[in-house]
Amino acid sequence: MPRSGLLDPQGTAIEHALTALDFGGVRKVRVGKTIDITVDAASEQEARAQVQAMCDRLMANPVTEDYAIDSVEAA
Amino acid sequence: MKVAVVRFPGSNCDADALRAAASAGHQAEYVWHRSRDLGGADVVILPGGFSYGDYLRAGAIARFSPVMKAVAGHARAGRPTLGVCNGFQILCEAHLLPGQLVRNESLSFVCKPVTVEVESTSTPFTAGYEGGQKLVMPVAHGEGRYVADEATLDRLEREGRVVFRYAGCNPNGSLRDIAGIASEEGNVVGMMPHPERAVADLLGSEDGRALFDFAADLKH
Repeated sequence: MPRSGLLDPQGTAIEHALTALDFGGVRKVRVGKTIDITVDAASEQEARAQVQAMCDRLMANPVTEDYAIDSVEAA
Repeated sequence: MKVAVVRFPGSNCDADALRAAASAGHQAEYVWHRSRDLGGADVVILPGGFSYGDYLRAGAIARFSPVMKAVAGHARAGRPTLGVCNGFQILCEAHLLPGQLVRNESLSFVCKPVTVEVESTSTPFTAGYEGGQKLVMPVAHGEGRYVADEATLDRLEREGRVVFRYAGCNPNGSLRDIAGIASEEGNVVGMMPHPERAVADLLGSEDGRALFDFAADLKH
């Protein structure tokens, strides 16, 4: 997700469009991305650690983005 | 001087950059991104384009190309390194320059000549200009909005590392109208405008030519 406080022009554009479509009460729209990853790991903890390392190294740029690992499930 | 123009899959300003460097009298050669060395180049140029289709974030995947270890070594050794447009994005992703380039505030791809003011002549690429000189060069990008935290921006200003600033029209919403910055040592420069597309009157401007003189003064 774009860091809070950082201008998110995509979110703003969607916010305006929703208002134009008469959806009332839209306070804020932020646009991020979801990445689905399947990994081989011995445990949920290990999988989470792997994905966290991937996020830190490649998937998120801390200058503008925050990330959260949503859920880790056995496939 | 020997110049390496690095080609990534999706680079599209490589030929222009090579030609601009060659026209300035340098021996310029392409280096494929899988290469692990720069062929003894004195100057490295990361050209514009859309490396890896801008997937994930512009420059995020290219920065892990094998050649980038050599580029980082070259840059950290204080040797002249220029990133234009996508090249600037790659230098930021590779942490060779601070900050990041994000989606233009307008959400539109912007392709037009812009005016920038030269603010620092203490780089190998801008030593041929006068401080305060105004240059016209084209921009062509969808993700050129320079962002960094306030402390970083203040530091860049304080250390005289804002190399180019948009004058009059800021085409992408860059913080503090920043169009180009330099590393601490001044040898690494990233810029969104395309100097290689402004090297002849026929192209509408030749204001970018002096960038390719690469300052005989290589103390940087």
